[in-house]
Amino acid sequence: MTILDAEQGPIDEGLFDPPAGDERGTSLWQGAFRRLRRNPSAIVGAVIVVAFVLVAIFAPVLAPYEPAGTQWISQVTPSSVPGPSPGHLLGLDSFGSDMLTQLIYGARQSLIIGVVSTTIGLLGGAVLGLIAGGLGGWWDTGVMRIVDILLSIPSLLLAVSIAAVMGRNPFAIMIAIGAAQVPIFARLLRGSMLGQRRQDYVLAATSLGLRQRRIVMSHVLPNSLGPVIVQATLVLATAIIEVAALSYLGLGSADPAIAEWGRMLVKAQDRLQSDPRLAILPGICIAITALGFTLFGEALREALDPKSRR
Amino acid sequence: MLRFVIRRILLMVPVLFGLSVLLFLWVRALPGDPARALLGEKATPESIASVNAQYGFDKPLLQQYLIYTSRLLRGDFGNSPRTGEPVLGTFIQRFPATVELGVAALIFAVVVGIPLGYLAAKRAGGWLDSFAVGTSLAGVVIPVFVLAYLLKVVFAVGLHGPLHVLAFLPSSGRQSARIDATHITNFYVLDGLLTREWDASWDAVVHLILPAIALGSIPLAIIVRMTRASVIDVLNEDYVRTANSKGLAPGLITRRHVLRNALLPVVTVIGLQTGALLAGAVLTESVFAINGIGSYLFTAISNLDFAVLQGFILFIALIYAVVNLLVDLSYGVIDPRLRTR
Repeated sequence: MTILDAEQGPIDEGLFDPPAGDERGTSLWQGAFRRLRRNPSAIVGAVIVVAFVLVAIFAPVLAPYEPAGTQWISQVTPSSVPGPSPGHLLGLDSFGSDMLTQLIYGARQSLIIGVVSTTIGLLGGAVLGLIAGGLGGWWDTGVMRIVDILLSIPSLLLAVSIAAVMGRNPFAIMIAIGAAQVPIFARLLRGSMLGQRRQDYVLAATSLGLRQRRIVMSHVLPNSLGPVIVQATLVLATAIIEVAALSYLGLGSADPAIAEWGRMLVKAQDRLQSDPRLAILPGICIAITALGFTLFGEALREALDPKSRR
Repeated sequence: MLRFVIRRILLMVPVLFGLSVLLFLWVRALPGDPARALLGEKATPESIASVNAQYGFDKPLLQQYLIYTSRLLRGDFGNSPRTGEPVLGTFIQRFPATVELGVAALIFAVVVGIPLGYLAAKRAGGWLDSFAVGTSLAGVVIPVFVLAYLLKVVFAVGLHGPLHVLAFLPSSGRQSARIDATHITNFYVLDGLLTREWDASWDAVVHLILPAIALGSIPLAIIVRMTRASVIDVLNEDYVRTANSKGLAPGLITRRHVLRNALLPVVTVIGLQTGALLAGAVLTESVFAINGIGSYLFTAISNLDFAVLQGFILFIALIYAVVNLLVDLSYGVIDPRLRTR
């Protein structure tokens, strides 16, 4: 008995020690940030994303010419488009504009489309998810059935249907792509909120007598946002790719000379054999940008996942 | 098992019902009046009046919906105003081409994706793992129709210069014109086998290669990642360690313990890819000029042929629901523990 007590002494003392190391006092997001910094693919993703945003913002400074300037159209013949030259580092496009300028302004267009459509999807999905996950009961059943129905339509076709209702205006595509993401965000937020509602801190808040609305809005919701934010990063990539697909389907913006990567790609199709450069350059821009957001989103998901926490 | 199947089928009813309401309202939300939207630019006052009488667009909304659903239930999905052909008939006639393409794409994705994901998991962190992760990222970030065009230009049409030798595959269609094949089912590969016209079958397979790779890139990316993640999880399980320590043959452990447990989430993901495959078929079929439902939808979208879109979206949702039912049923085959439930 005494021996056992003696042996237990140090263990008991250990129990009251403050947690060792740098884990003390780190929040979920601080921890996630620390893990992100250690992950090389997160760094690559972040560098691409930051570069893309900077190019989009400073397009007028970086671009050598005015966008959609078709002053070199006389050099473009039906069989060939002038390639790289000292005046035009990446050559001309089939409208007689400077390729590099069009690509730089294309980043701006992609950023606008990506951010606007993701915001629409995020906000719409958050409202539905909040109603379903926050109010529960019949609200939950009703909203989730609608979400199920929308999820049974492939998102590209859903975007097409919405774009058709909106008619041809510059915002139709952004709204269509964003709205097609609403059911996905709604389902994610609801699922995440249901998981949080079973946590002990919700029970504690309830027993403290907090009102339901306060618990949902200031405790459950902030803790449920992780998966939604990850999804938003990934949707930015999807949006940039889907714009290209919608352009290909003929639902893009009506102005043919506008600097938009998807549109440039589609317009280059008839010259694929003679000038593959026209399609490959915007294709690379789309792929690299999408890659940046995907890498960063995936790394963020990993960093926020409690299972991968070390 | 039977109760489970019946329950699952009954659960599909409210979703399809809701979808029919949505699609019904959708046509009414289109710019202009519904008859004009359905008829498109060719609308004349007489044709608008006849469509109005046919669909009852002048009646109250609820009555209109009842007319719409009763027509659906009788198998009348309306006619395409552009071609005048019935939507259902066109769908049935063109569906085999899309199924053939979709199955070929899935076979490509599974045959390449599962071994690649498995080997990547076995040697996590190695060069093969990096290659697998790279492949799956490429599949996500390269738009399908871009990949389709690249494949077509390099391997079918041919680039100018020395790389022209790579162009040895057909660039479009489902079968060469010189082949005079008998078509019983409209599944060209199957038709060739049924009629013993082996060259016709082989020709159809050759035509499928490039479209299947392009379309298969969507599920391939997800299958590789899911297999890799799932196998890594299973390899860390206690029962795999036990199997190893009692000296079971590695091949047996892989087949009976690792793959069987790891493939369950992969099968679910394959089922969920149906919708993406059908949407991707819209882009792939139009690049390779395959007369399936995808290229028909492509034309319908370009011409804003809403009658066709309305019908096809309903079909696609139905197919999606049926495929996911089959996926749920296949769980019983893969995982015996789920059979009794």
